[in-house]
Amino acid sequence: MADPKYAAYVCKGCGIGERIDADQSAKIAEKEGKIALVRQHEFLCNAEGVALIRSDIEKEGVTHVAIAACSRRAKTEAFEFPGVALARANLREGVIWVRPDTAEARETTQEMADDYVRMACAELKKMKVPAGNPETGRSKRILVVGGGVSGLTAAVEARNTGYEVVLVEKQAQLGGWAAKLWKRIPEREPHAAPVDTGVQALIDAVTQDAGIRVYTNATLAQTSGAPGRFKASIAVESGSTATEEVGAIVQATGFSLYDMNRLPELGAGKSPNVMDQAGLESLARKAAPKGLPIRRPSDGGEVKRVVFVQCAGQRDDTGKHLPYCSGYCCNTSIKQAMYFKDANPAVDTVVIYTDLRVPGNGEDFYRSAQKKGVTFTKGSVTGVEASGDTCRVSFRDLILDEDASIEAADLVVLATGQVANAGVDIDNPQATDANGTKPISILNLDYRQGKDLPKLSHGFADSHFICFPYETRRTGIYAAGPVRRPMDIAQAKEDATGAVLKAIQAAENAELGRAAHPRSGDLSFPIVQLEGCTQCKRCTVECPFGAIDEDEKTYPVFNESRCRRCGTCMGACPVRVISFENYSVDSVGAQIKAVDIPDEFSEKPRILVLACENDAYPALDMAGMQRNHYSAFVRVIPVRCLGSVNTSWIIDALNGGYDGVMMMGCKHGDDYQCHFVKGSELANSRMSKISETLKTMALETERVATYEVAITDIKRLPVLIGDYAKVIEKIGLSPMKGFA
Amino acid sequence: MAKKEYAFYPGCSSQLRGSASNYLTSVNTMCETLDVKMTPIPDWNCCGASISYAGAGELSRHVMNARNFALSETHLPGQDVVATCAACWLGAKETKQKLDASSQLMAETNEALKEAGLQYQGRTEVRHMVEVLIEDIGYEGMAQPVVKPLEGVKIAGYVGCQTNRPFGIAGESFENPLYLDKLVETLGAEPLTKYEQKVTCCGGALAFSEPEKSQKQIKDIVESAYDHGADVIVTPCPLCQANVEIYQSEINRRHGTKLDMPVVYYSQLMAVAYGATPKAAGLDGHIIKPKKLQEIAVKVVPVDLDQRTRRPRGENH
Amino acid sequence: MGAPGEFNLAALARYGNDFLAEVEERVEEGEWVKMCMQCGVCAGSCPFGPDWEHSPQKIFMMIRAGKRDEVLASDSMWMCTSCYNCVVRCPRKLPITQIMHGLAAYAHRLGLAPKMQPTRRWSLLFWDNCTKTGRVNELKLTLGLYFMDGIVAGFKQAWTLRNIGLGMLLAKRLNPFELIRGHECKDKAGIHRMLKKAAEIEARKRGFAKP
Repeated sequence: MADPKYAAYVCKGCGIGERIDADQSAKIAEKEGKIALVRQHEFLCNAEGVALIRSDIEKEGVTHVAIAACSRRAKTEAFEFPGVALARANLREGVIWVRPDTAEARETTQEMADDYVRMACAELKKMKVPAGNPETGRSKRILVVGGGVSGLTAAVEARNTGYEVVLVEKQAQLGGWAAKLWKRIPEREPHAAPVDTGVQALIDAVTQDAGIRVYTNATLAQTSGAPGRFKASIAVESGSTATEEVGAIVQATGFSLYDMNRLPELGAGKSPNVMDQAGLESLARKAAPKGLPIRRPSDGGEVKRVVFVQCAGQRDDTGKHLPYCSGYCCNTSIKQAMYFKDANPAVDTVVIYTDLRVPGNGEDFYRSAQKKGVTFTKGSVTGVEASGDTCRVSFRDLILDEDASIEAADLVVLATGQVANAGVDIDNPQATDANGTKPISILNLDYRQGKDLPKLSHGFADSHFICFPYETRRTGIYAAGPVRRPMDIAQAKEDATGAVLKAIQAAENAELGRAAHPRSGDLSFPIVQLEGCTQCKRCTVECPFGAIDEDEKTYPVFNESRCRRCGTCMGACPVRVISFENYSVDSVGAQIKAVDIPDEFSEKPRILVLACENDAYPALDMAGMQRNHYSAFVRVIPVRCLGSVNTSWIIDALNGGYDGVMMMGCKHGDDYQCHFVKGSELANSRMSKISETLKTMALETERVATYEVAITDIKRLPVLIGDYAKVIEKIGLSPMKGFA
Repeated sequence: MAKKEYAFYPGCSSQLRGSASNYLTSVNTMCETLDVKMTPIPDWNCCGASISYAGAGELSRHVMNARNFALSETHLPGQDVVATCAACWLGAKETKQKLDASSQLMAETNEALKEAGLQYQGRTEVRHMVEVLIEDIGYEGMAQPVVKPLEGVKIAGYVGCQTNRPFGIAGESFENPLYLDKLVETLGAEPLTKYEQKVTCCGGALAFSEPEKSQKQIKDIVESAYDHGADVIVTPCPLCQANVEIYQSEINRRHGTKLDMPVVYYSQLMAVAYGATPKAAGLDGHIIKPKKLQEIAVKVVPVDLDQRTRRPRGENH
Repeated sequence: MGAPGEFNLAALARYGNDFLAEVEERVEEGEWVKMCMQCGVCAGSCPFGPDWEHSPQKIFMMIRAGKRDEVLASDSMWMCTSCYNCVVRCPRKLPITQIMHGLAAYAHRLGLAPKMQPTRRWSLLFWDNCTKTGRVNELKLTLGLYFMDGIVAGFKQAWTLRNIGLGMLLAKRLNPFELIRGHECKDKAGIHRMLKKAAEIEARKRGFAKP
């Protein structure tokens, strides 16, 4: 590449020219920013303005462009110059729109603008044009793990989109749970009666498609590689092993029923007439196709009364059973009650529930059951006792507020719920699941961080359920169906469709050496200078996506295609040897240093705001769009994720005379909103340790503050900034000014 | 504008010398001003009201209402049946809906009607006088004849139950119907829009069988009107009017309160605003005198030359 | 009085469909009872809420639970003021007011309704009064109500409320001559024949004994 040539453009449109002195900004870019080519323009994003920049790139050989105009989130199409490094000084949303247009505000507003121009120039000097990941993907086939409804749907949808599939199923037959049902809950109008499962049609579509290679009786012996070049070793029961190269993986390994034998108080094991929902399906499949009524297992007697016990071992607050609702079981009991009512309305069917939850169009299904005479009773079951060939179901009637019982129930069906088949708990490989069994690994990943997908809660695979369902913490591997949360068939099909489309995107991006979601298309990737590495393992441990392995000397081995480009490794590295071409410890550090710090007698504090580019920065922009004013003393730097914030930036800022640092990232914890799952959480824990450092610097702990911010905090952010500015005013300006 | 004609179903209480006879008086005055002709259905009978359920049974109730429909179809063909009483309207409308929906019920009804030599064809439309005012006359039409705007009178619009639920007036909400407030405003008075008891039940027919429970309701209804500074309560329902007005003395006796809040019909407000005498507006039919309205009714308005052509209004019709 | 007929009352199973089936066949709008989803909005919407023992929600659950005796003997249905608040608020659009009336009427028909329930007696009095001539005789209705519990109680009641009566009289809203000759329809006989027929049809339809 030729020598870099820098250019800066100051836009005067959208009121910028009226509110700030563009000549001064241009002069700063030239003198302080040391930019050779500096131009001003009345309306930079119009065709003429863009043509001016293009012409400079072509004729003047400009390789690095700084644009002092609107936010980096605005006019991205106009200001897109492939192969050119680009920095943006946010004078519109970040300066004139958040400041009052008054004579007394003019000076501080101008200072704000000047600093943003300085920062853009400084950043630009540290930027390189990303070349893209040299290790591009080779395969765009999709590996589907699991041959139930979710897996079959994923396979069919992948084929419909034109991608080849390898499907691995542990059992001898495809179809999973759905193949064991007599009928399923309707997913279309009129939601009035159970319908055919449709699973045979799905199985046929899969087995008859030459583009789908099916392995039954098979498991994954090992999965290695990265998106675009995963290598799956498939162990078949017969003893043979096959190796398949695939571009991305959908894990649709489903669920096991919660073991009803853990519920002896509900009659489980006391009588063959007490069963779980699968048990009832099996009875129905034996009788109904022959047009026979379902009979009592104990003696083949006539069934006159059936009791369905909802939330059996679910929504339990004693810690003994599942704490959660499995979501599908109310509809399933309604469906099963209809098995009886549709065949013979004289059979009494009672559903005992505490809260009937019928997602989707289940409300219509519920009404239909009521019309058919299914009795719904709000109550909590206290015991099921078998005597002879019937059972007595005791419960508290929660409407009539009294103890009640149903005598002579011929069948009792326990709605026991779903336990995820999500493999081993990588944080605690010896742990057992809710059924008390010790899971075996499903994916057998050869990753440094463990063999299976990380879990979030209750043993379900972690997926970004608030913002990006299916996104797990293993790039290119997507969870679909009840393995990521409890759900019914209709939801599982939708889930599988969504997940497989994400898998296809991942494979396509990998082929081009680009990042997957959420920085989809990003060509930068982490570069490590191993000569400085101290083998501390922080990057390999903290990477939220398991992208970094270790070699035998415990040096990090980066798998670029597994990386999401969040920069958490860069934030973690104590020796600052990890960087991206266009985002590095230096590129941000230079911006921090570029700000002009007034002396301690100026009464003009400087507050550094490190704002997550996914939520906090757009929220600040929107605050500007709504003209919600905030302090002129803040200088905002967008970061890829709070996880990428290197502690050195904070220390440098405080040493350089900043009076305070506000860090704005996404919500963390179990209901996290962090795009990179763990980034904001890690930043928070790193910053909790910074107070010691502050004390050694003889600084107040208030000088560094961390905030959880959502993209909707448009009104809240200016308030937070105002409050923090007051805190700084109270503790006084930093004593560190002038020493840098 | 052509004279509007309706088959009038006044109901038991609104007959002459009935407990709501002043409702009838004021409706007649109001209709004359608005050029609306109300012809009573010949030999109309009681709707059975809601309270008759224990003795009546389902079909008997429908048959009672269907008899009125059949009479109206025969004698006043093409005219909508218009009720002024909430219970009559509700009962009739419910029957109308049920018969429209079930040919079996229609057949059974006609089987019974045959005994009285009648047959119902299913053509009757059932409406409330308030619907006629809002939908056929319109607020502008109601405002046009106003000669004595009810300036300075603060009025709590008490809609009650059966004019509001389960059918109600089209476009109004069950929880906060606004038409009475709009009507009050149309007449130049001040609607108390924040009056929160506007759809509270007065106890209805249970004012007789469960007086204490009902009077608790009535107390709330009246006290809230006082809280909002009302001079008078206005209602479209004869049972609401009767209950809320006449039991105030009983509530005062039981609770030591000093309730003395007049309760009038919307038609009385309109008659007064249209320049009727106190008698023609039925203002003499109250136990608690609506003094503010009486003052306006006796006031002599200087005759505007343009207004002289307007029809005289009074009780002679 | 209707006979329970084919309904096997002795074998009423708790939480079975027996009593529900009886209600569906014999009670006006009874087929709606099974559609209640037990949200309780009716209970919170009733103006006489504090005064009854069983909310509509509970009545519906008691029917499903097969509590026939308790339901039919309950005085809660008789507390209905016909305000229709529960009807317009019910998310399942149950005609609750009509069901309450229907249940009350059915309980009365079976002789299981509480004998001294004032609204039961008032309801009968009203129907009797209005069907006698085709129109309500308000004076006779009022006096009938006062004297429901006998002569002495009636005079006491009339004395307590004398000011109301006097007021109504003065306001020309109570007609003393109604005692002798009140409002009435011309075709009284036709109305009586018509109602007799209607009662016959209803008994036939719902399986009641002939009226």
